[in-house]
Amino acid sequence: MAPHDRPRPKLAVWKFASCDGCQLTLLDCEDELLALAERLDIAHFLEASSATAPGPYDLSLVEGSVTTAQDVERIHHIRAVSRRLVTIGACATAGGVQALRNYADVAEFQAVVYARPDYVATLATSTPISAHVPVDFELRGCPIDRRQLLEVITAQLAGRTPNVPAHSVCFECKQRGTVCVTVAHGTPCLGPVTHAGCGAICPTYGRGCYGCFGPSDSTNLPAFVPLLHREGMDTLAVVRVLRTFNAAAPEFDTAARKELEP
Amino acid sequence: MTHRGTRVLHVGSLARVEGEGALHLALAGRTVTGARLAIYEPPRFFEAFLRGRAHTEPPDLTSRICGICPVAYQLSSCRAIEDACGVTVTGQPAALRRLLYCGEWIESHTLHVHLLHAPDFLGADGAVDLARTHRTDVERGLRLKQAGNAILELLGGRAIHPVNVRLGGFHRLPTTAELRPLAEQLRRARDDAQQTVRWVAGFDFPDADCDHDLLALAEPDRYAIESGTPTVMPAPGTTGPARDSDRALPTRTFPLRAFGDHVVEHQVPHSTALHSRLDGRRHLTGPLARYAVSGRLLSPIALQAAQDAGLGDPRQGAVCRNPYRSIVVRAVEVLYAVDEALRIVDAYEPAPSPYVEVPPRAGTGHGATEAPRGLLYHRYTLDPSGTVTDAVLVPPTAQNQGAIEDDLRRQVQSRLDRGDAADAELTALCERAIRNHDPCISCSTHFLDLTVERAGNC
Ligand code: SF4
Ligand code: SF4
Repeated sequence: MAPHDRPRPKLAVWKFASCDGCQLTLLDCEDELLALAERLDIAHFLEASSATAPGPYDLSLVEGSVTTAQDVERIHHIRAVSRRLVTIGACATAGGVQALRNYADVAEFQAVVYARPDYVATLATSTPISAHVPVDFELRGCPIDRRQLLEVITAQLAGRTPNVPAHSVCFECKQRGTVCVTVAHGTPCLGPVTHAGCGAICPTYGRGCYGCFGPSDSTNLPAFVPLLHREGMDTLAVVRVLRTFNAAAPEFDTAARKELEP
Repeated sequence: MTHRGTRVLHVGSLARVEGEGALHLALAGRTVTGARLAIYEPPRFFEAFLRGRAHTEPPDLTSRICGICPVAYQLSSCRAIEDACGVTVTGQPAALRRLLYCGEWIESHTLHVHLLHAPDFLGADGAVDLARTHRTDVERGLRLKQAGNAILELLGGRAIHPVNVRLGGFHRLPTTAELRPLAEQLRRARDDAQQTVRWVAGFDFPDADCDHDLLALAEPDRYAIESGTPTVMPAPGTTGPARDSDRALPTRTFPLRAFGDHVVEHQVPHSTALHSRLDGRRHLTGPLARYAVSGRLLSPIALQAAQDAGLGDPRQGAVCRNPYRSIVVRAVEVLYAVDEALRIVDAYEPAPSPYVEVPPRAGTGHGATEAPRGLLYHRYTLDPSGTVTDAVLVPPTAQNQGAIEDDLRRQVQSRLDRGDAADAELTALCERAIRNHDPCISCSTHFLDLTVERAGNC
């Protein structure tokens, strides 16, 4: 068969509770988008096209977290029709910013926002996709990094492991030659415990990392949190920074709970 | 009775909009009895969990409401909190905020114009499909979008959820040398933007008209983007006897702190989504409103392009009330944003400090900016330590929902007045009517789930 006759792998993009930023990252690949579309059959991507083709799909990218009863059913269906399932972003991988509800009384949350909260159908929790179905790969970030996304798509389709480093943001700071904001200015920074991938953006812009890529693979939060205190953060400030975009990631969650212990 | 009885048309997932929504149309014979942009985006409770956060946090937190207009959220919340704390940002940091916002307008509008909306006029399913027949136009769009993203990346650190914005200004300001390459890219982008206005002006526009009140921010001396006073241009016929959709009626304004007295949100049982009314009437925000309120303040090159594109001269009071032509107005706004970005880059001199301190104090502050899709209002109440005790966010799509539904009803009715139409045709018509407004469904901070309506119709 000539290359263009070969059936192209089918890609699907799905959305759960999220801001759309991670799937937008795909449309932000301006230089690669059209070339990618030639190699892939974009079979389901509602943000970009009204044409949809039925599964099965070779690769499903899932954005967003599970927050309703229908979501639970939908993610099982998506898993069933997907050969590989990759979650994109903090929402899909760790419950996202909306997982802050997990630490509150959702009935009270609803009453704050809605005059008639009884109209709202929602679960009391926001959970990552992996809490419901097996996931082949989790891409971190709020939002994900464009280069990493392209690497993951390419790798998944080639059947190889994506080359996505598991070390911390600190490594990327060193690679970039950025002066450490903690050492130089005493700015609290989550870089040592945060998953690499962004290219150490925040320290390069003179601010501390706030952990938007979630915990790195080998974190030592119990050793790290006292350093945040030393840099002037009180208990509540530490809890808040851990409970932001990856609040439900187990390492951040455990450390935040420990902080709150009497 | 010869005509068919009751029909319900339901489109379960609306494509080429941001976020996910559905549309719901009910007909009795040839009369539209209900038209709804149904939101099934699950609620994410931002207003609730902002309570208890430090006053420095909302800019980062609220940006996650919307991946397509994060800067709008960041800057509306900065303005509201600075207002509560009695701080005003001026000089270069203020100019750079406008530059950053121009980046977002360029990126977001170009995404909508080329990738999401143009396919409607050219019979394509989406950008990839469109590229088969209009490759150069799609490529030009991608290039233009990239120019917007380049501003966001340089000034904000990244295009989605920039990290460099903070209360009082920025964490770090760029050097003149860092900004220089941007000017080159923007000069090319200006040609692309002019070309885009010409391209979309040649589309075939269905006749349509809307009579919503138009609400946008206004400034005395420039096209309002990152600040301004709420200004209303009333619908034709409300103050004068003659209905003349191309001419503006006198505008009225109200202070931003009175926003909640004028734009009142209410929960409606039939649609389960929060709607809002402006002084008791239906209103529209976004490009058509901005062009009506501030069009005369566009830069010369954008004004010229607008007139060449058939939008009339806003200096003579021309307004555009055809929702389909919003694509032309968006393209003009892209051209303006590129031109304005260039002006700011050329005039840039690094300031001594990237930000002013914003010390906390007790109080309530209001902030509004012009998100690409329309006016975005934030209100925060702080306690003396700066902890947020209350937050109210009113995004443009929540305000526009009533107007969008009215457009749906009106366009379907006028189609049916000319004879019955198949469901597929009506569905396509409705989807177009919705996409005219570029609704941002995931920015619905407090929309509701639509379980009730979906039952039985899916
Ligand atoms: S992870 Fe962040 S950027 Fe991605 S969808 Fe969720 S909120 Fe948006
Ligand atoms: S430095 Fe940290 S907070 Fe900043 S973008 Fe990278 S991971 Fe996110």
